[in-house]
Amino acid sequence: MAGITSYGAYVPLWRLSREAIMKGVRGEKAIRNYDEDSTTMAVAAAIDCLKGQKREAVDAVFFATTTSPYKEKQMSTTIAAACDLRRDITTCDFTSSLRSATSAIKAALDAIKAGSAKEVLVAAADCRIGAPGTEFEQNFGDGAAALLISDKDVVASIDAWHSISNEAHDYWRLDDDTFVRSWEDRFVFNAVYYDIVTQNVTALLKKTNLAPKDFARVIITAPSPRVLSDIPKKLGIDPKAQMQNPLYDIMGNTGAAYGLMLLVAALEEAKAGDKILLNNYGNGSDSLAITVTDKIAKKVEGRRGLKTHLASKKIIDDYRIYLQWRGLLTFEATPTPPGGFISASALYRDRSQIYPLHGRKCKSCNNIHFPPQRVCPTCKAKDQYEDWRLSDRKGTLFTFAADYLCQRREAPRVTAIVDFEGGGRMATIMTDRVLDEIKIGMPLEMSFRKLATQDGFHNYFWKSIPLRG
Amino acid sequence: MPGIRDRVAVVGMGCTRFGELFHWSDQDLMVESCYAALEDAKMDLKEIKAAWLGIQGAETGYSGCKLARALKTDYIPVTRVENYCATGIEAFRNASYAVAAGIYDIALACGVEKLKDTGAAGVTQMGGEGQFGSWVWAPVIAPARFALAATRYFHTYGLTPQEGKRMLAMIAVKNHHNGSLNPRAHFQREITIDQAVNAPMIAWPLGLFDCCGVSDGSAAAIITTPEIAKRIRDDYLLVKGFGVCADGGTFGVIPSDYDYVHIEAIVRSGKMAYEEAGIKNPRKEIDVAEVHDCFTITEAVICEDLGFTQRGRYKQDIEAGTFNIEGEIAVNSDGGLKCFGHPVGATGLRMVFESWLQLRGQAGARQIKNARIGISQNYGGLPGGGISGMVIVGARD
Repeated sequence: MAGITSYGAYVPLWRLSREAIMKGVRGEKAIRNYDEDSTTMAVAAAIDCLKGQKREAVDAVFFATTTSPYKEKQMSTTIAAACDLRRDITTCDFTSSLRSATSAIKAALDAIKAGSAKEVLVAAADCRIGAPGTEFEQNFGDGAAALLISDKDVVASIDAWHSISNEAHDYWRLDDDTFVRSWEDRFVFNAVYYDIVTQNVTALLKKTNLAPKDFARVIITAPSPRVLSDIPKKLGIDPKAQMQNPLYDIMGNTGAAYGLMLLVAALEEAKAGDKILLNNYGNGSDSLAITVTDKIAKKVEGRRGLKTHLASKKIIDDYRIYLQWRGLLTFEATPTPPGGFISASALYRDRSQIYPLHGRKCKSCNNIHFPPQRVCPTCKAKDQYEDWRLSDRKGTLFTFAADYLCQRREAPRVTAIVDFEGGGRMATIMTDRVLDEIKIGMPLEMSFRKLATQDGFHNYFWKSIPLRG
Repeated sequence: MPGIRDRVAVVGMGCTRFGELFHWSDQDLMVESCYAALEDAKMDLKEIKAAWLGIQGAETGYSGCKLARALKTDYIPVTRVENYCATGIEAFRNASYAVAAGIYDIALACGVEKLKDTGAAGVTQMGGEGQFGSWVWAPVIAPARFALAATRYFHTYGLTPQEGKRMLAMIAVKNHHNGSLNPRAHFQREITIDQAVNAPMIAWPLGLFDCCGVSDGSAAAIITTPEIAKRIRDDYLLVKGFGVCADGGTFGVIPSDYDYVHIEAIVRSGKMAYEEAGIKNPRKEIDVAEVHDCFTITEAVICEDLGFTQRGRYKQDIEAGTFNIEGEIAVNSDGGLKCFGHPVGATGLRMVFESWLQLRGQAGARQIKNARIGISQNYGGLPGGGISGMVIVGARD
């Protein structure tokens, strides 16, 4: 039976205290840093998922999001490149629907069943913006999850499936909208949401000859925490014993990634034999019946998943910082204009150093250098090298500087000289850091980020971050 | 090979005031410095047989025409050179070598920079340095590059950030004192240690007073043979040695064992120049040391690299007053880049101008007693990857 052979997740380091948005509101939500977007978060989740896996075995990458950074340009290719996957693979973006992640899983299962792929990486990430002052702004969080789908050694099999397509304007964005729109919530909940979810779950139960009580966990991607009290009654499940914690208080609704993130949270707690029901909502509904296998104990060790990422956090209690990171509050131009320009031909030529962060190891003296050099800086040997991936290597901080003349949302920009485990040194920008906590010798890791959006490009590259978890 | 020692002479120099010269264009600056040099040498423009212009600029494509158009030279060869912050020394070196080679009997070296037309408070990113078209190198401003050395210097020599910043502040205080004695300097006010330590942060740990002036300015020198020099004046200077070294390292490709507390190109350029000039004990033999204090930490590292003090001993020496005008070896007696200012292409020639004044007893309130040997040293780039340019001049025996 095909199913999930590995999983990973990513929650940004930063949490916005909801109190900062509005007095009297409780909890916090996960927010991406200004240099993160759905693509960078998907890369982080995918790399978490690929720990201990053979990267060269992946035959397809499906990316699910409603917040793709480009209208015309595929991002699953960027994710595949950043994950250092083969090039003879299938890549596809599943977009425009909160249901896109389960649609991608369905396509992955179908591909495996049809024999066109053996392993498919499904990465889902989202960072939707609710208009300031709305309930959406309170509810929406940012994050990502990734699943490896295959039919060998699954940690959870996907046993049955039922889908409903439903044409309705419940939640939507026009192609130039910044904020999510919706119709009156009484219409959305009572006329659309409850109806579709119950129909869909009922159909799945009928198909599988299962009863609601057979599931150890039921995962619902509730569009609002206000539906959470009614849903268990309508589905006939025990809200305490069976309902998956929706993580509203500490993370928020992460859009297209939400269902997969909650599934990862459920798998982290699951034991062999557990059945999980996942209902994913958006322009209709997908319901999946999942069974956890005995591989769960061993095969997915060392992942950060949801648990470690949620525990590793820094609180932002200044609403203005959040607005600035979202580009909703802008400042005057920087005191020092940024230099440089972006060239498509140079991006293409340098893609192996930019996306998977390949340096070179000199075959003559074994020293590792980044960026790649034709002539070894250490022993001067010419053209004697092999590629050496640095993106998944930990390092330590050799020295640093903190520049206050950079653009204000970044100030101070920390330049960090990183020495990698196994050799190699790189000058990096350090992100997700608190200035007072930076110390020479501190452990660091690399994180795929957006350096800038300029000249019509999103310019991605790796930065260093303090080791998480 | 005989080297450059005593083979060419400086017979006239000019240097503008440095600063925020909003009323002057680069053409004004070049006309001012070159005519001052010509007057100093009692020479007419048509006696110049070849000229070199040092200008770094925010872009390339300037050519020698920039100087030819300003001075209206008469179809002589004029070449623009550029070598980061060592650009001024590079113009001086090329002119010197042309004369030493016997190709021209009189040559002009001019350096100029007009930094204050950008509208930016600091220096905008200069072209070339570490920028790939793919821009994976987000621009790292100059203060942050050298702050990497400061952070590591504190760590290596066991200084707390407070102790380290205090050591750097002493350099700023010294150079501000020297600048207060120099009517051409951009900054002519004394400051206190507390002012320097508590100044606004530019790139941790470097504050405002750890950073040199961003200035407009120009300097020029006329170079000829010792035989011709004798006919022009008695107090000409002789060039004793050059050292120019390019380091192949840059961000990330500096070998991993680089310590960030010394700069190899500076060490090597020092050795090269000392050997040519016959200097065995720099601390004893050098009277006037103009070094590249783009940031206070750079002055400390250079003084160790050039053998004015031992590794890690800069703090003890600055505390002892070793580098004051009346100290054992005066460092940046004209205020340095810190206070004279740093119009990039002009800086190297401005440093030689200080030797020109000091070695001829013309330095006024900041005169160093019995000054006989002066060095001028520029460094451009970043710690571990850049260009060091150095020249040693001496008073006529």
